[in-house]
Amino acid sequence: MINKLINIFKKVNEDQNPWKDERSENVYAVAALFNTPNEIIHAAEKVSGDGYKDFDVNTPYPVHGMDDAMKLKPTRLGWFSFALGLTGTLTALSMIFYMNGIDYNNIIGGKPFFNFPPSIPVTFALTILFTGLTTAGVLIALFSKLPWLNNPLLDSDYSKATSQDKYGIYIKSSDPKFNQSEVENLFKSLGSSAVSLIYDSKVNEKKIKTPIFEAGFIKILIGVAIATSAITYITLNWLIFQPPFDWMVLQPKVLPQEKSKIFADGFGMREPVAGTVARGYMPYEYKGMPDSVVKLLSNPLPVNEKTLLTGQKRYDTYCSPCHGNYGKGDSRLRGQFPNPPSLLTDKLINWTDGNIYHVITNGQNVMSSYAKQISRDDRWAIVHYIRALQRSQNAKDSDLN
Amino acid sequence: MSYDATYTKELPLVPERNSFKEIDDVILKPVDSKPTKKWWIAISISGTALAIGLFCWTMTVMYGIGLWGNNNTIGWGFDIVNFVFWIGIGHAGTLISAILFLFRQKWRTAIARFAEAMTIFAVLCATMFVALHTGRPWLDGYLFPYPNQNAIWVNFLSPLNWDVFAVNTYFIISFVFWTIGLIPDFATMRDRTKSGIKKIVYSVLSLGWSNSNRNWQHYERAYLILAGISTPLVLSVHTIVSFDFAVSIIPGWHTTIFPPYFVAGAIFSGFGMVLTVMIFVRKIFDMEHIITLDHIEKMNKILLATGTMVGYAYGMEMFMAWYSGYIFEQFAFLNRAFGPYWWAYWIMVACNVGFPQLFWFKKIRRNIPIMFVLVLLVNVGMWFERFVIIVTSLHRDFLPSSWAMYFPTMYDYGILLGSFGLFFTLILLFVRVLPSVAISEIKAVVPGAQPTHHNEGGSH
Repeated sequence: MINKLINIFKKVNEDQNPWKDERSENVYAVAALFNTPNEIIHAAEKVSGDGYKDFDVNTPYPVHGMDDAMKLKPTRLGWFSFALGLTGTLTALSMIFYMNGIDYNNIIGGKPFFNFPPSIPVTFALTILFTGLTTAGVLIALFSKLPWLNNPLLDSDYSKATSQDKYGIYIKSSDPKFNQSEVENLFKSLGSSAVSLIYDSKVNEKKIKTPIFEAGFIKILIGVAIATSAITYITLNWLIFQPPFDWMVLQPKVLPQEKSKIFADGFGMREPVAGTVARGYMPYEYKGMPDSVVKLLSNPLPVNEKTLLTGQKRYDTYCSPCHGNYGKGDSRLRGQFPNPPSLLTDKLINWTDGNIYHVITNGQNVMSSYAKQISRDDRWAIVHYIRALQRSQNAKDSDLN
Repeated sequence: MSYDATYTKELPLVPERNSFKEIDDVILKPVDSKPTKKWWIAISISGTALAIGLFCWTMTVMYGIGLWGNNNTIGWGFDIVNFVFWIGIGHAGTLISAILFLFRQKWRTAIARFAEAMTIFAVLCATMFVALHTGRPWLDGYLFPYPNQNAIWVNFLSPLNWDVFAVNTYFIISFVFWTIGLIPDFATMRDRTKSGIKKIVYSVLSLGWSNSNRNWQHYERAYLILAGISTPLVLSVHTIVSFDFAVSIIPGWHTTIFPPYFVAGAIFSGFGMVLTVMIFVRKIFDMEHIITLDHIEKMNKILLATGTMVGYAYGMEMFMAWYSGYIFEQFAFLNRAFGPYWWAYWIMVACNVGFPQLFWFKKIRRNIPIMFVLVLLVNVGMWFERFVIIVTSLHRDFLPSSWAMYFPTMYDYGILLGSFGLFFTLILLFVRVLPSVAISEIKAVVPGAQPTHHNEGGSH
């Protein structure tokens, strides 16, 4: 397999013309070579003066005065650079205005969020970037119509001479005034050192109008798309999670449920020191006691907006998954477990605050204790909120007064 | 073209204009021939340096920048010293290719391609340091503003963010400028080569360029525009790099002279590096006829000018510290010259201001061995300039309790060595695979290359 590849490689390397550029019978152009810049300027003046339009001059470097001799219009490339450079300016300014001025404000020493002077460097850089890239892109694609590897001139002796030390001019057969013998005579009379015919390449004869719809091109496009997607997928989903790109996941610390080498018993998770209680987690003194004992407990929190909002937030987080957003017991768990009871029944309305608090703290039937998840004050706030729900869901006309 | 007369005298290149083939042969000799022994020795040295650098680089990525000598007080050490140093090196290339082009300094053609390549490689080395000093370089994508799941945008008030834009733009534009210049040369190489593989490669790279005048017309304008935009760009890049310091409130950094001072220093150090490399290249590849002693003398004059500008900046900093009446600023500068890092300061002053004064003498400007020593000293001096600015300003804080010294580790030295390895490896590969002198440009300035009879150049 590898030998085969090496052989192919060698074969291509020895072949001086691997393009297999087959030429057709059609004359593409008549070309002439000259030895000095003066001669080529003279030839270009004569050809353009005779009214030929489809002609061009090939020189190893730009020859001064050739544009005038060929009667070319001044290039309009600069306008493209200017317009697209201006686009860069506006892009940068609007980008900064949106990102820092509107969407994400940075508070830095009380300075305005969008500020023109510090925007100048980035605006300037992007203006240059847009100008440079578009100048290059427009030059290649729009003004030079490159890449054009099927150019019939390429690979001809004419072209090889003009890229080294000769000055060439050619008139295309597509010119309305074109007449092969006349053109040849014209070039000879101008003192050309070599007049030659350039035949069109077979590829150009097919007259492909939109090469982007060619099967070969579409295949390449699909290949590139698949390869790009695969590489992106692998990079984003696999590569960046390999060491050393571990996103600080691997750290010398003990995670929950992990073994510890430090403690003799090997447990990473430790028990509190005997006889101590974590701040805010005083044990519930009525744990497991009957309702009759706890109903005398009274709610220590005042009823105000702040308490109710806290209660609402905690209720929505911890209670609503079973009891429903309005305490009706109509959550989507209904039917999957023993139905969670409604909090709006007469029984609940007649309960004291202490009863409700006791159930939250102690648990009841299937419901387990929430003492570990919700702090003491928040539990009392939930009780207030449940009272608010009970009243609002059974609102009477008299409540309006 | 009136400048031809004065210019061509200084380019004793190839006297007859029918020897364009000779130009092709000389310039493309390293590309067409097998590597010489000298080249293998050179690349094995630079490759070793690169390998050492890659090792330290990998270790830094694996274990973090705790391996470096940076500490709480001196948060910016070799990483930023080397970043500023390499970015500065790059500036000479753009100056030669763009600014001298706008000034119609035609002698630049012989060295422009090479200097541009150096720009690109130097900026690559520089970005390597900033990318690495963020700590987790694989997250450097967040340096650019793009919509992300955290719903945050980069902070456009920060000079560090301006730096991201300036340096990236600089790299891209330098690369585009360089590539556009290479297209006609690829066409020449395509038409010369005898190898099928090379032919395919050059054909694709030349995009099918046919030296048509209808293309040259736009090409010249595009080249002019690119030179025109590169000129303010190159001045802005080191200005923005200097903002990284000048916008802060550290005594020794917080000065308005920094932007011009940095730009002059960048051009100074860049020319030093261009000369260092060029002296070898013209010798190894027999290009003494193309890169002549006259070119080198002109570059030495620029070294003298920019070195003196840098010297003025050193003096002015001292003056401003005294004149401001601000005791912390005064302390910072006295500490620079006479504090624990006095040796770094005086190396900097001697190499950047003292020794280049020898370039006042024409004999020294044209004497390659002496000159080579001097440009090496310039490289050393400019590296120390960045060291002095960064480390000595940081190591004496407002709080004496946090005063500290900076001790670079082997990883710091290794990565610095590796950056030189990367730079010279890329240079050596470049001279092997690409024409190191712009063929089409040099042909255009050879005597007799331009027509004599048209009206444009009246003096003929």
